[in-house]
Parts: sequence; structure tokens; C-alpha cells
Amino acid sequence: MDNIITTWSRIKDSDIFFSFKKSPTAIISSLILFIIFFCSFFVELITPYNPFDPSSLSLMEAFTPPSWTEDGLSKFILGTDGQGRDLLSTILYGSRISLIVGFSAIMFSLILGVGLGLTAGYFGGKYEMVVMRLTDVQLTVPSILMALLVDGIARGLISREMHDEMAIYVLIFAIGISEWPQFARVSRAATLVEKNKDYVSASTIIGVSNLIIMFKHILPNILRPVLVIGTIGLALAIIAESTLSFLGVGVPPTTPSLGTLIRLGNDFLFSGEWWITFFPAIFLVILAFSINLLGDWMRDTLNPRLKK
Amino acid sequence: MSFLKIKNLSVDYPMRKETVNAAKGVNIEVNKGEILGLVGESGSGKSTVGNAIINLIDEPGKVSSGSVFLGDLNIHEDHKNNVKYRGKKIGLIFQDPQTSLNPILTIGEQLIETIQTHLVLTKEEAKERSISLLNEVGIKDAAKRFDDYPHQFSGGMRQRVVISLALCCEPELLIADEPTTALDVSIQSQILDLIKKLTKERNLAVILITHDMGVIAETANRVAVMKNGDVVEIGITKEILTNPKKTYTKSLVSSVPPTNKKISRFVIIEKENNNKNKDNLKILNRWTKKKIIKQDLVQVQNLSKSFDDNFFTESSKNSIMAVNDVSFNIREGESFGLVGESGSGKSTIAKMIVNLFKPSTGEIFFDNVCITTIKKNFEMMKFRKQIQMIFQDPYSSLNGRLKVRDIVSEPIKLHNPLISKNDLDSYVFDLLESVELTQNSADRYPHEFSGGQRQRISIARALATQPRLLVCDEPTSALDVSIQAQILNLLKDLQEQLNLTILFISHDLPVVRQMCDRIGVLRDGKLCEVSNTEDLFLKPQHDYTKELLHLMPKIESIYN
Repeated sequence: MDNIITTWSRIKDSDIFFSFKKSPTAIISSLILFIIFFCSFFVELITPYNPFDPSSLSLMEAFTPPSWTEDGLSKFILGTDGQGRDLLSTILYGSRISLIVGFSAIMFSLILGVGLGLTAGYFGGKYEMVVMRLTDVQLTVPSILMALLVDGIARGLISREMHDEMAIYVLIFAIGISEWPQFARVSRAATLVEKNKDYVSASTIIGVSNLIIMFKHILPNILRPVLVIGTIGLALAIIAESTLSFLGVGVPPTTPSLGTLIRLGNDFLFSGEWWITFFPAIFLVILAFSINLLGDWMRDTLNPRLKK
Repeated sequence: MSFLKIKNLSVDYPMRKETVNAAKGVNIEVNKGEILGLVGESGSGKSTVGNAIINLIDEPGKVSSGSVFLGDLNIHEDHKNNVKYRGKKIGLIFQDPQTSLNPILTIGEQLIETIQTHLVLTKEEAKERSISLLNEVGIKDAAKRFDDYPHQFSGGMRQRVVISLALCCEPELLIADEPTTALDVSIQSQILDLIKKLTKERNLAVILITHDMGVIAETANRVAVMKNGDVVEIGITKEILTNPKKTYTKSLVSSVPPTNKKISRFVIIEKENNNKNKDNLKILNRWTKKKIIKQDLVQVQNLSKSFDDNFFTESSKNSIMAVNDVSFNIREGESFGLVGESGSGKSTIAKMIVNLFKPSTGEIFFDNVCITTIKKNFEMMKFRKQIQMIFQDPYSSLNGRLKVRDIVSEPIKLHNPLISKNDLDSYVFDLLESVELTQNSADRYPHEFSGGQRQRISIARALATQPRLLVCDEPTSALDVSIQAQILNLLKDLQEQLNLTILFISHDLPVVRQMCDRIGVLRDGKLCEVSNTEDLFLKPQHDYTKELLHLMPKIESIYN
């Protein structure tokens, strides 16, 4: 208990927390993100509807407009879609899938990229050259193209029934594999700085093995920049997921993500049912924007050079 | 009537938690034709005063009270005054000549720009003036070098250019903020001579800000001693250095290593911690003390190291010999000093001895075993344990993400993986005690400690493996002089009690004299001379050694 108190007071006392309190942007964006995360992950507790339950479909209530319009019903705040599902619940369920895919993809590319970048920076030589040229090659391929390629190969390899189940993993892999070079570059550059510091020499002289020096000593010291691009990368990954789903190569319509919802709603856009695509799209914008603002704030705070 | 009058100047930096009073009611007067030395340790506010004179206090700092008069001009009265005196009446020389010149402009362009900003002169006239200035500060072939870029000059030459820039509009006051700290001894004395000469010839008022008492003794007419934003004592240099009135000045003067004799310990007045029982370090119970047998512990034979830039070219062509055919021995139990200016290869030798990198040719024997050819990791571990190192920079030598406890216990756990939790804790406490740190330091992070305390943590870490050889690479050159005295005392005590052998590397001759039994002098990777310390200082053989000894600033020069 004593330990928890000191940790908490350490956090309260830290410069980061101080700068957080001083920045309205950081407070508002993290508040929005907290609400979105909470609602998405505890969506069953919040909404009375389960859009994935076939019995909740009711074609009678399809295309109900938002509640504040003339034909709106108060029980569907943001209206319903073509199958009569409550749009707000569908968005929250969808954002959960988007967030899961985004987080997992970014974790995948973070671990891959930092692992390769850290070892490349530490060992140097031919290994470093191979890794860094690989990142160059990877960066020449647009990430959407890369994801489409991975998806295409996966469809070829996995049977059709299996594919719907596997789709989410394929998507995580596809997005993750196209984001890793960023992490590799940043962590390599930071490692090059850190490995020439005396504390690394001191550990070498004591006889600490390379593996422990890399992961116990250098890794915690390079995490700041990695965390910053990780946060901004999260927004990119969520958008990439939505783009792919919008193009129809992402998660299947049975478990719709935000991108899938936008695509489905897109079909009705010209027949006047604007809300079906508008609200998921706005939700996506707010989500990505908040993450980006938080990332910007983190970059400014964690990088002492930009401090004024 | 003095030329510069600082009246009751206070400068405050409002920080997040408290307001730092960088200067508290400073009163200083400087006359024309005199050099006022402003000394103090880091954080004493000496640079703040210098910057306040030219109204260059960084945000969020501000001058909270007091005034600075330059003749009749009140500097802080109006911001519009800035143009009236900056460059024109006050010239400024910074510490680092590498960064105070713009690298993409020739020195001529920089001089002409500065001159034309302040004086109404044509380009030709400005050029003429610049060349005569460059001649005055001692740059040979000034007309030819006028179109050279800063990188084409050496460090000392660059500082001369900076001085000519400061002088180009005939200022009446010159503020030199640590003008020679980044320079080698031989260049330092040239620059100081130049400043002295210019002061006389141009009847300048000069404020020389420095931490180096030797520099003050050799150049300043009067000296002001600062501590925590206060001027502790001000007066004629000789008076202050020979007969200080205040305790702080006394302790400062007694911490300066004397250049003319060897003393057994530094007298530390400020901090009384002599009440503890020095002869009973708890760590001795764990220490398998090696008997001192008068034999060589380290033999360095024909050691060479070249750094190749062989990315584009053949390897042999562009190689720089950092260390060139160096041989010496270190006897068990002695302190061996390696002295040299920057680039002389002293740190490279240290890094080869601790096996951070391999020599190009030559061998190093430790305890009669050649350690440069060992390939196997577990064999190397036996020697890793016996050779430890202390680094120059106390900030980068500790991992800021680990607690002191983890930093100090890492080597213990590595070389003794079976140690129990309790035993480990008491070992860490014993080590901290041996470097005079308290037990509760163990649960704090490095950033909570001062530079001197961090260096103590470094020493504790190095002692954790019970080494026989301690390589100290400029262990005190990043520290204040009073802290330096404490750390040097500590190293001496530890050596005596633990029978350590020390390789002490430094550019600072007085420090080496106090610490070492024998000294090797390095120049451009070659060993000039090895001899006993007192012989070296009294009867130097090599010309380079003589020159170094002649040029080092001596605090004793004030007695003559």
C-alpha cells in the first residue's frame, strides 16, 4: 500500500502530469477518448440493443431517422439502419472492433519494429544494413496496397468459410506489417544515441550480456519517442482499418466495424438516409482526431527540445 | 567613478514549484582598465549576473529589482536601450567557440555584418577594420584568412575570432563567460594573455566569469566570489586568495589542488563529515583484500589503435592513429596518471584496458595474462570483475530509469547470482556507506542527486565487483572544485583501505599531481615521458612536459 501511494505521488509530482493539467487540449481529448473506450468496451451494459442478435432485426423500424427529426423515434437516438438496428449501438459495437484491430495492429508493428530497430542500432554492421534497407523497401509500398496484397494472399490460402473467422487476424497482420518501418527507424536512431552513453559502457565493463543491456537498459530509455509515434500510429491504424473495411476487404458485414458501417450506409446516401453513413463517419473523425491531438501533446511534452 | 555599476541586482526564475533567486541583491562595480573575476561554483549565479548586464536573461527569468548603470545609461530602464549598448558598448565572449560562430558564413562576413550593424562604414572600410582587428587578436595572415569558414580554424583560433567580433565596435566593457573552459591548457594561456593585453591597450573594463581559481589568480585584478546568488566576498585578488575572510571563500581556496606541492588530503571546511570512523568500512568484511606485492598489475605493450573511415576508401589511407605504440606498466597498489590534452588518446587507452574495444596492434597484460586476445566470454568475465571504470560525465553514466539500488546491485547479482535478498540489501548499503551516501539513497532515482553524489554512486557500482584496478577517466572534470576535493579524498581513502590500483586519467595537472605516484604524458597518441610524479613536476625531461607545466594556470602565482 505504501508503495502505491509513493508511485501515485510520484506521478502527481511529475512534469508530465503538470503539463497535462496545463493543457486543455490534452484533457479534453483524453476525456473524449476515455468516454469512447469505456462505451465501446462496456457496450453491453450501456445499450439495450444488440445489433448482432438476429431477433433484434425489425424491418418495420428500418430507416428511422434521428430522434430530433420529424419522423424520429425517441428510442433510437441516432436512428436506425436498413435492417432496423439502432445506429448508436451499432456504432459502439463497431468502434470496439475498430479499436481492437487498431490496438492489436499497432502492438504487432511496435513489437516487430522496436525489436528490429533496437537490435539493428545496437549490433550495427551488416545486420543493421539489411534491416534498414528492408524498411526502405517497405516504405516504398503504400500501406493500403500492402494490406490489400496481404488480404489477397490470405484469401488464396484460407478456405472461404475459414476466412470470415480469420478476417480480423489477417487485417491486424496486414495493417501491422505496413506500419513497422516507422518504429524500426525511430528506435534505431534512439538506440544509436543511447548505446554511446556511459551507462551502457559501464554495464559492458561489469560484464552484463548484450541481451540484458538492450532490453533492461536501452529499451526503457528509447520508449518515449516510440510511445509518441505509437499513439499517432494508432489513429492511422484505425483509419487504415476503416479504409480497408470500406473497400470491402476488412472485417465481414456480420461483425461490422466503423468502416463497414460507413460502406453500408454509403449505399443509402443518395436515397436521403444520410444518417446511416454520417454518424459512423463523424464518430471515426472524432476518434482519430482525439488520438492525434493527444499524440501531439505527448510529442511536445516528452521531447525536451521542443519545450519552451 | 566606476564605469559599470551593478546596484542591488536581483534576478528571479519563477519555476513550477518555487521561485529560484539566481541573483540576490548583487552589488558590483568595475572600473576601466581592470579585470574583475567573477568566481563561483555551478549554480552560484555568476553567468546570470553576466547575462543581466547585457539584458539577456532567458524566459521565464526576470530582473526583479536593482539596476545596472553603464556610465550614465540605465540598461534595464527601457528595452529600446538594447541597441545602444549591445555590441557597441558591451562585447560578449562565450564559452564554446564551436557554437558561437555561424558555420555557414565566412568569418569576414560575420565581422562585416557586425560592424555595419553598429557603425556607418562602407564595406571596404569595414573589411579594412576587420583585418586590422584579426591582426590585433593574433591571427596570422589575417587578409588571407578573411574568407575562411569557422571550421577551418582550430578551437583557439576560433576563440580569437570570437574576441575580434566582440571588439569590432570598440566596446568599453567586455564580458567573458568561461572563455577558456573549452580549450586546452596551452591555448588557454594564449587567450588569457590576449585578454590581458587588450584590457591594457584599449582601457577596457572586463568581467571574467570562471570557475577556475588558477585563471583568476593569473588574470584578474579584483575578484568577486559568488555563492547561491550572493556575492560572498569582493576585493583585490591577492587579498581574497591569500587571506580570505569568509568561510566559503576559505573552503573554495583550500579545495583548489595546489600546483607546487603534494598534499595528503584536501582540507574540507564547508561540510564536516569527519566524525565518522574511516578505518572501519563495513565493506571490508566482504572484501578479499589483496596483499600488495610490488609487481606489475598491468603491462601495456606497443599498444596502437587506429580508427578507420573505410566506408569509401581503402582502410589504411584514412586511418587516424588515436594511440601510437604506447607501452607502460602499472604496479599493484599504485596510482598511475595519464595526462594529455584533448585528442591525445588517453581515453582510448582507458577503453582498451577495460576492454570496451580491441587494440589494432599490441597487447595488454593483466596479472600476467594477455587480456586482448581472450575470445571466450566466461574467461573475460574473470577480468571484467577485476577491472572497473569511473566515467567523466556523472549524468550519462547512470541509467536514469533504474533506482540506485538496482544500479548498484546489478554487478553483484551478475557475479554472484546465488546471493540472498537480505545479503544483497546489506551489501548495497555497505557499498553506499563506503562512498558516504545514506541508506535511503537506495530507493531514489539518479536525477534526484547532484553531480558529486552521482559520481559517488558510480564509484559504489564500480566497487561492487571488488575490482583490483579502477580506471578513472576524468572523474572530477565535470564537477565543482569543492566537490572535486571531496571525490578525490574519497578515492584516496578507498585506495588506501582496499589496496586498489588506480589508473587516473586527466587533463588537469594539479589534480594528477595530488592523486598519482607515477605519471605518463601523452601527446597525439604517443607517450612522451613516464616518471615519478615529483620528478616530473620538478625535473621534466620532455619539451612538451615542460611546456605544459609552464602554461598551466597556477593559483600560487598570486604570491609572487
